[in-house]
Amino acid sequence: MNESFLFGRLSLSDFEPLKIFHNPDLSTAIGSIASWIVIVGVVAVLGLLTVKRWWGPLFTQWLNTTDHKKIGIMYLAFAGIMFTRGVLEGVVMRAHLMTSYEKGFLSSEHFAELFSTHGTIMIFFVLMPALIGLMNLLVPLQIGARDVAFPKLNQISLGFTVVGGMLIMISLVIGGFETGGWTAYPPFTGATFQPGPGPDYWVWAIGLSGVGSLLSGLNFAVTIYKMRCPGMTFMRMPLFTWTALCTSILLIFALPPLTAVTLMQALDRYLDFHFFTNDLGGNMMNYANMFWMFGHPEVYILILPAFGIYSEISQTFSGKVLYGYVSLVAATMAIAVLSFTVWLHHFFTMGQSSAINAAFGIATMLIAIPTGVKVYVWIATLWRGRVRLRTPIVYLAGFIVFFVIGGYTGVMLANPTINFAVHNSQFVVAHFHNVLLPGSLFAILAAIYTWFPKFFGFRLDETWSLRTAYLFVAGFAVTFLPLYALGLMGYPRRSPAFDDPAFIPYVVVSFVGALILVSALTSFFVTFLVSVRHRDELAVPGGDPWDGWTLEWASPAPVPEWNFAVIPQVSSRHAFGIEKMSGQAFQFDIDRIEPVDLPAKSYIGLAIAVFGTMMGFALVFWIWWLAALSLLVMVGYGIALGFLPDRPIRISAEEIARVERRWIEAARSENLTRREDEVSPTNHGYAAPIAGARA
Amino acid sequence: MTSMTSMTSTVADPGVDASRPLHPGLNLGPAHGAAHRDAEMVVFGFWVFLMSDLVTFAMFFAIYATAIDATAGGPGNAAITDLASIAMQTGALLASSLVFGLGTVAMKYNEGRAKVVGLLLASLALGLVFLGLEIRDFMHAAEIGAVPMRSGYLSAYWALVGLHGLHVAVGSLLIVAMVAQIGVFGLRADVKSRILRLGLYWHFLDVIWVGIITVIFLPGAFA
Repeated sequence: MNESFLFGRLSLSDFEPLKIFHNPDLSTAIGSIASWIVIVGVVAVLGLLTVKRWWGPLFTQWLNTTDHKKIGIMYLAFAGIMFTRGVLEGVVMRAHLMTSYEKGFLSSEHFAELFSTHGTIMIFFVLMPALIGLMNLLVPLQIGARDVAFPKLNQISLGFTVVGGMLIMISLVIGGFETGGWTAYPPFTGATFQPGPGPDYWVWAIGLSGVGSLLSGLNFAVTIYKMRCPGMTFMRMPLFTWTALCTSILLIFALPPLTAVTLMQALDRYLDFHFFTNDLGGNMMNYANMFWMFGHPEVYILILPAFGIYSEISQTFSGKVLYGYVSLVAATMAIAVLSFTVWLHHFFTMGQSSAINAAFGIATMLIAIPTGVKVYVWIATLWRGRVRLRTPIVYLAGFIVFFVIGGYTGVMLANPTINFAVHNSQFVVAHFHNVLLPGSLFAILAAIYTWFPKFFGFRLDETWSLRTAYLFVAGFAVTFLPLYALGLMGYPRRSPAFDDPAFIPYVVVSFVGALILVSALTSFFVTFLVSVRHRDELAVPGGDPWDGWTLEWASPAPVPEWNFAVIPQVSSRHAFGIEKMSGQAFQFDIDRIEPVDLPAKSYIGLAIAVFGTMMGFALVFWIWWLAALSLLVMVGYGIALGFLPDRPIRISAEEIARVERRWIEAARSENLTRREDEVSPTNHGYAAPIAGARA
Repeated sequence: MTSMTSMTSTVADPGVDASRPLHPGLNLGPAHGAAHRDAEMVVFGFWVFLMSDLVTFAMFFAIYATAIDATAGGPGNAAITDLASIAMQTGALLASSLVFGLGTVAMKYNEGRAKVVGLLLASLALGLVFLGLEIRDFMHAAEIGAVPMRSGYLSAYWALVGLHGLHVAVGSLLIVAMVAQIGVFGLRADVKSRILRLGLYWHFLDVIWVGIITVIFLPGAFA
């Protein structure tokens, strides 16, 4: 391999876009075209920013913000971009598998690269950032705080997360990704078998974004422990905040094994260490164990906040108090603890004694108990409530039906004897898509619908939202349920081709499902276009379009930068709901309004994103001078932060009072919206309270 | 951890007695006014960080434990253990921690900037002695062919001891940064809070080191 000082091992042959000009086969051409899509996308975004003159606002209002709401929105936008790529990759894979009787149109190598990037992206750069984004948006508002505990650290977390996404996007254009799946097991991903840049992209994308996730967990744990408003005891916290707390604890304890495993893999690959190699005392099982010590809690990092979201919407859209708050809290904590005791079930077949397998199998089955409690709690909440069939309820219904199936197949897989028969088959693929789509993805989509009006000041178009929801639910079912059958028939996962014609009908149905998912994604984006166009009819300046009972609804929409004119004081779980019922909401008390100091703006997050990406890229291609320089800049900036002036932004009491007064006067003069009118243009975000909230 | 600047708009709870300890470890105390109260959240956050870092070390310890016999015919535990050097390193590191502790006590009782800076610099010097001795040990290991490329065991050894050494190096850099901050700003409220946290970090590294002696060097010396 030729190496130069300036460019390391980077060479022209690494550039995917050029490959289209060298008379490629179909598989290479598809990869090359994908890289052109990235390039065109980047150019289009840069062009749009220039034409619309958005560069200024981008730098002065977004990239330097420490406002938890804007950071949350950026997390979600990032997740949306990555989601688009992940879905499209899924469709290409389903198309390939439809034609892969004996041989599909992609090369085996390309197919392996696709399932590796698809898995890595969907888990690390779609579900995780989307949920952390929602935590950013909601947690401070739900506990009556003005921001998170460490606003600058929050920016740094986002910066590290973006580094990972950028590296994966760059790998599509330069050099290609690894082919060992999202778990990237060595020795297959070791230097001997894959010297190329692919596994190095994985190491730095996952390692650096992992730092960001860890710091997010720390930030939210401290926020929830220390920044609750007066009266907000633990057992009065909204359920989403509870699940955010459990997720934060999981992040704090589960990410270090991932950091350790990526570090050791890097040492193996770069410095010829022998942690996981075949020879000289390396032990691959150490990788498997450490990876899944992270990987299994990670599953609950992805699902617990989703449970929180379902808890909130089942209450809000049935107008009935959550059935069994205490059991839900206990179940959430139980799951968080148990999640650390089950990691070995990801490799039952990799050589432990049967006694160890049995112990981990039983521990895994135990998780079904608190999860079952939760499902009953949501059903019982809807039972005899006045359920309004809005978009979130469609997702919730799809979730309850399908998640139960996914849960049952999980219990099946937890049994080591069954696991031996179906492991590494499409059955497993069906199972984890079955829990992650209805479980995590539907919740995120439902949350976007529910809380979008709070942060943008207008609702999402109801027709298109419903269409999207039905398409996602149907698309999921058609795509993934056939894979259960395929797995039981013996079709291995990650297999680029098959030779049994009996599989053909199933892969065709699954491809049709993938097309439905693409139309769902399209419909999802159309929803935003339509809603932005009709934003005047959809406006909800009152900020409470769904008759919410918790603190995040007790402010105008969009939420002012300071969140609350006066830090609220609560005495019940549904403080805002009870205030509305008793007519105590919307009290304007000028004497209590004081000036607020908002955290200072900073560019540290942007610097991390830019120089972290440069460092990762330089390490992938052995451009040592650039890696050292980038690290130096980041460390230097970090140390310089201690010396730079840190002046908070002062918002005057007059300004706060002006916004507050406008909101409250409107609340007094508006016709309050009844629930049956909540999707009509008369909904201005001032809800007529229904009798439901209670202490 | 200079980036963990506290939010200035923390709600003051009038019911809080500022004289009681607000967090585990050395508190600044009521004489420091708002700085004492504001330390609560950042110090709590820092404890959480240390807890998480401890898990990272736990992983390296676990890997070391599984790799004890994975020497692949190369040098093992006994060959790389020089107990006299380890004793000196331990002395330097623990003394450094003690001196740092005296520095934070001097800060708490407002005994003047010079004393705090002097003790921090002494602590730094002892930390560098530790690092120097450790590097000498590593160089000696390399001379006898006990390099990490040789075996899984040596990979685990270099990674665990090296990770601790890297932490000490980062801590040393941060002591320099804190001395510079005292020079520029004096013992300002946020500077004091940072020194408290750096102290926690510095003591935390002792705990790890005691684990390393117990798991690596004592078995090595008596192997």
